[in-house]
Amino acid sequence: MIEPLLQTESLAKRFGGIVATDDATISIAPGELHAIIGPNGAGKTTLVSQLSDQLAPDAGRSRFAGLDISALPMHKRSRLGLAGSFQITSLFLDLSVLDNVALTVQAHAGHSFCFWRDARSEPKLREPARAAFARAGLAARETLPAPALSHGEHRQLELAMALAGKPRMLLLDQPMAGLGPEESARMVETLRALKKELTILLIEHDMEAVFALADRITVPVYGRVIASGAPADIRANQQVRDAYLGEREAAHG
Amino acid sequence: MTLFIEQCLNGLQFGLLLFLLAAGLTLVFGIMDLVNLAHGSLYMVGAYFAATFAAWTSSFVLGAVLALGATLLVGMVVEVVVMRRLYGRDHLDHVLGTFGLILFFDELVRLIWGPEGLSLPLPSWLNTAITIMPGVDYSAYKLSIIIVSLVVAAFLYVLVMKTRIGMLIRAGATNREMVGALGVNIKLLYTLVFGLGAALAGLAGLMQAPILTVQIGMGENILILAFVITVIGGIGSIRGALIAALFVGFIDTLGRAFFPDLLRMVFSKEVAATAAPALSSMLIYLMMAIVLVVKPEGLFSAGGK
Amino acid sequence: MSVRLTPRNVVVAVLFAALLLLPFYAQFANDRFLLTLFTRIVILAMAAVSLNLILGFGGMMSFGHAAYLGIGGYAVGILAYEGVGSGFIQWPVALLSSALFALVIGALSLRTRGVYFIMITLAFAQMAYYVISGLARYGGDDGLTIQKRSLFVAPFDLTDKTQFYYVCLALLFASLYLVWRLVNSRFGLVIQGARSNDARMRAIGFPTYRYKLVCFVIAGTLCGLAGALLANHTDFVSPAMMYWTRSGDLIIMVVLGGMGSVTGPVFGAVALLVLEEALSGITEYWQIILGPLLLLVVLFARGGIDGLLAKVRS
Repeated sequence: MIEPLLQTESLAKRFGGIVATDDATISIAPGELHAIIGPNGAGKTTLVSQLSDQLAPDAGRSRFAGLDISALPMHKRSRLGLAGSFQITSLFLDLSVLDNVALTVQAHAGHSFCFWRDARSEPKLREPARAAFARAGLAARETLPAPALSHGEHRQLELAMALAGKPRMLLLDQPMAGLGPEESARMVETLRALKKELTILLIEHDMEAVFALADRITVPVYGRVIASGAPADIRANQQVRDAYLGEREAAHG
Repeated sequence: MTLFIEQCLNGLQFGLLLFLLAAGLTLVFGIMDLVNLAHGSLYMVGAYFAATFAAWTSSFVLGAVLALGATLLVGMVVEVVVMRRLYGRDHLDHVLGTFGLILFFDELVRLIWGPEGLSLPLPSWLNTAITIMPGVDYSAYKLSIIIVSLVVAAFLYVLVMKTRIGMLIRAGATNREMVGALGVNIKLLYTLVFGLGAALAGLAGLMQAPILTVQIGMGENILILAFVITVIGGIGSIRGALIAALFVGFIDTLGRAFFPDLLRMVFSKEVAATAAPALSSMLIYLMMAIVLVVKPEGLFSAGGK
Repeated sequence: MSVRLTPRNVVVAVLFAALLLLPFYAQFANDRFLLTLFTRIVILAMAAVSLNLILGFGGMMSFGHAAYLGIGGYAVGILAYEGVGSGFIQWPVALLSSALFALVIGALSLRTRGVYFIMITLAFAQMAYYVISGLARYGGDDGLTIQKRSLFVAPFDLTDKTQFYYVCLALLFASLYLVWRLVNSRFGLVIQGARSNDARMRAIGFPTYRYKLVCFVIAGTLCGLAGALLANHTDFVSPAMMYWTRSGDLIIMVVLGGMGSVTGPVFGAVALLVLEEALSGITEYWQIILGPLLLLVVLFARGGIDGLLAKVRS
């Protein structure tokens, strides 16, 4: 039995009277691409937020590589190898595109109490940044200021930033949000290539992408996991069809 | 013992005065998300108007009422001409812009009234002492300050908690866009709220005028205290402002009155004499530091800001 | 890092050259006052440069920066009063006390954000003001005269106005160089990243609080040095040096000159002080013009002088 890379045990979160996460127990094996799908309000983003320490869970624990990370602050999780991209693009808009990625590299390249040497000319920072760029599928748009990129390129930049820290696992919250068909296809290819090197937890609404990439799928509804398993099983699962897939098929006629 | 009671009343009076000032500040910040450094200028203007109108009409009360109206007017004009352009901008822009207003008002006052400052004498019927308890006399005027302030505080409570406008104010404090989407005339609401804040500042200014001062720069001195109160009480919370203001008022007054004696009991006379005034001033800021270490959003912050 | 030949950089070079040659011009025009004015400008420019480090680059809106002018100044003043006249003792004490104050204030204030941060830094600076005003031994409100300027070894003689000007100018240039290297270093990029998006910085693995605190201390220390210079310049220190409206003046210089540009604050200091001189020659109520002018800059020319220069295409 392979030790799971990421594990949650009975994670729970409420906002006032609303139960956003209800006794969530998930385990993700190394090398797996695990997708979380579900209707809006199902608690997908809340779950991932608790894994990246943007939110503190009310109960339950999370483990990464065997370590209990439940109380670990954000910046330390990142250093352990758990990196996330944000659902709403959150970049350093005042800095250049390469600076954005290089900063992530810098976070993992020793301390930053260096006051003298020009950081923008340090190969130790710039090379990995360029490499992460390439892995994320971005063309040579390096020196542009971040706001100059298209929305799709911003999502790719988000991915590059997550990759720059050489993580072991990625938490991706709707990386395809707002992308057109071409850009989405490109992102799927990028993720397919990344799958070979990393473990990925993917939240997505794009069903084609999910079923093309996922090894396993978990479906929460109102915070409670109603199904978890291989894509074929999920597709056939009656509860899931009623709660989510059924709606979508009905909507598409 | 009588001294202690008197100082307690002084603390209450000072605290309530500070509340009037801080309430306007916290309202404007809570609802319009506007940092207004020039709030102290409205306080100053209220005092100057009161001194002038009282002299013209030879009536203290009439002068005060006219001054209140005039300050309200000035506040609304400032809102329309300046503040509207600052809404939605970075807080630093507010700080800089309103700092410019301070310079402008200080100089305007100096231009109109001269650099010397004014005085506002009390009418004889207020300039007496009242026996509130056997053996304890207290200034009638200071008592009236306390009473007026409490009435205003009650009025604010009713306004914010029980009226439709108050509901809009509270809603606006937590969700500006929604209130606009509801079709409420936001611009008018903002002008009225700012005017209310200005009137409160002006009231504070004119009430303290006979016992403290009417001079240029008086706003800057007390503005800091108002800010400290707003921070401690939590931005946007009138209840927080009241509690924090009373707290600050008591600590500052009692501290200045009794701390030097306290020091003298422990240290030598010389050390106490040097350290006392400095330490008394520090007390408020120490308090603020403690609150912030424990609860950085203030004690009663309203809405998630 | 290279320095490109842009219109803006040319203007900067011209300004630096003018500052270097000023004493000669003052001699030639027989205008002693000009040297005094520009010594003050250079010192305050240095204070503005230090503020820009935390304000422009770090996004930390500190409204209590003038406190360090006071602390540095009083370190010199108090030591001089107590008979310690050597600059070798006075100036390090000025630096150390500023650093310590910045450390304590920063540690407490940086736990807050936005307008709370503004108000807290403001309040703490006022606290320092009241404490110093309360020190009757050192003049209290009236201030303290400094009988003799900081003593160093020959040939440095700070009582010589021209020499003093060049000492101040040298220190200004040194500060500019220091800040330039700082903001482009790893440390500087962390600070800028934290200004741009603090939450993201923490998400990628930076404990931003400690970096901001170090930055805050560096800025305070640098301003303390400016304070020591100011004390020598005026041969006098008073609590008014650290009144909160002085902090406002420094912020005006930074914004006027252009935030987030290394040399911007120098332009800001020159512009503000020259403007003050010019306007006060016209009317004694010149602040009536300065106030609205500041408002207009905030509304329409937010990038300051540096921003305007950057827009000029050759």
